[in-house]
Amino acid sequence: MDPGYAIEVSGLRKSYGAVEVLKGVDLRVERGSLLALLGPNGAGKTTAVRILSTLLTYDGGTATVNGYDVATQATGVRRSIGLTGQQTAVDGLLTGYENLVMMSRLFRLRPAAARARSRELLDRFGLSDAADRQVKTYSGGMRRRLDLAISLITAPPVLFLDEPTTGLDPRSRGEMWQTVRELLAGGVTVLLTTQYLEEADQLADQIAVVDGGRVVAEGTATQLKQRVGAERLELTFADQRSVGAALTALGADQPRADRELTVSVAVDHASDVKRVLDRLADSGVRPERLFVAEPTLDDVFLTLTGRPAGDR
Amino acid sequence: MTTTTTPVSVTTPVTRGAPLSWALTDARVLIGRSLRHITRSPEQMMVMLFLPVMQLLIFRYLFGGAVATGDVTYVNYVLSGIIVISVMFNVTSTSVAVCNDMLEGIVERFRSMPMLSSAVLIGHVAAALLRNGVSIGVMVGAGLLVGFRPEAGFVDWLAALGLLALFVVAVSWLAAMIGLVAKTVEGAGGLAMPLVFVPYLGSAIVPPSTMPEVLRVIAENQPVSVMVDAVRGLFVGVPIGNTGWLAVAWWAGILLVLVPVTGRLFRRKVAQR
Repeated sequence: MDPGYAIEVSGLRKSYGAVEVLKGVDLRVERGSLLALLGPNGAGKTTAVRILSTLLTYDGGTATVNGYDVATQATGVRRSIGLTGQQTAVDGLLTGYENLVMMSRLFRLRPAAARARSRELLDRFGLSDAADRQVKTYSGGMRRRLDLAISLITAPPVLFLDEPTTGLDPRSRGEMWQTVRELLAGGVTVLLTTQYLEEADQLADQIAVVDGGRVVAEGTATQLKQRVGAERLELTFADQRSVGAALTALGADQPRADRELTVSVAVDHASDVKRVLDRLADSGVRPERLFVAEPTLDDVFLTLTGRPAGDR
Repeated sequence: MTTTTTPVSVTTPVTRGAPLSWALTDARVLIGRSLRHITRSPEQMMVMLFLPVMQLLIFRYLFGGAVATGDVTYVNYVLSGIIVISVMFNVTSTSVAVCNDMLEGIVERFRSMPMLSSAVLIGHVAAALLRNGVSIGVMVGAGLLVGFRPEAGFVDWLAALGLLALFVVAVSWLAAMIGLVAKTVEGAGGLAMPLVFVPYLGSAIVPPSTMPEVLRVIAENQPVSVMVDAVRGLFVGVPIGNTGWLAVAWWAGILLVLVPVTGRLFRRKVAQR
């Protein structure tokens, strides 16, 4: 194994009965980096994470995590990973503190070390005030934080985050992102799955777009955006007559009438913007508003799979 | 969340040990977890404390007068039967708790950790043992107040409680298995309910001698009746014949089959999800 990769997956296949959910997935995650598996529900993201965290057997291919073979060295893998799944895996009847102490003991910390580590993590995740409350009284964001705290008890070198912000409010989501950035700064390798394009854009060093059990594209957010094309200048007009006039005036620039009363033109360079505006001025058409839009990962998804993200 | 920027260290503060001592720690920690659950769930407390006493009072005062039990007073006759019925009620909570764990993410987390994840079942069975111990204590105490007069000596008590412990452990494994099979928490409660009626089809509440022939043969010889008869005999100080050994054979046998079957079912269930 190349020591530069914390996770290496090659030709990974998995079927449930006749349904093939992973059709030969290849992934490599450099140590200390974050790979986002981006895809809609049912793409196979969670299946991949569950295989890599030894929860599920697989049918073909190879997979190593932190140098341990997932199929034959499960204990080595389990000692190397933290897992925060889609379901928060905490005990609602116990308090936050009791949850952490219990999990710490199960991670083989001695009792005194378990208590100290639990206090430390509660503090770090802003849960000290709620430490002695039963977890069933926690908000969704608090449960998720406790769940992540548990995953970090042993400070594992590899962390799996399976849709860590699904169902969280924007503030909690922002906090989760900040925590993930801190973990990355501490040298942790993260494999994150998400349906949120913005999340991958915010956090990932590399993005693997997953669809129908395959990786359909891989690269940095910038690389993926480049595959979709340039930025576009969007012009909004007051009425349909102006739109028609603008389309005529900009004929050479291959304008697109994307939405009602809006015309967009690809602009590779700032000088293109001036040229477009000059042409409109020459024809006597005045745009009401203008906006330069970067391609979004939604556009990436549409281009790569022919469907918007989230559609089955 | 705090906005501290100190990164989490990447050292591993883990102590290492032999696999067997690991498994024992896992079991101990998860037993502690299930014991904590008892005081935190009103249903379990209710079934543990209130229900057995109500059952005892109902049978002692409402039905007791109408049942002929020969030389033995009805309260002396029925106490062992009510204990067994309350065991069945108590282990219903075990089915629910096991099913709940399977549906929540917690077993999934245990499985991703370097531990013996099936120890979660040991925790639930141990908690069932404790809950039933409390129930039995409460019932014997309440029984003494309403006329229960045991003749048992120290060794008889020890034997009776030993038999009941074996019975409780075996039935709670069965309940744990039901919890594994159930698809919803409500379903787990429902699937476990028939257990409650098994003692009624036996010698728990009434002597089977007045039952129709086929029913009588079943009622006298089914494993729960054998257990009830042995415990009752030990309590009231009458010879128990071979019922003690039969009870041990039945329930130890059931336990020996259930533990590996339940373990395998656990592994299969978690691998399917």
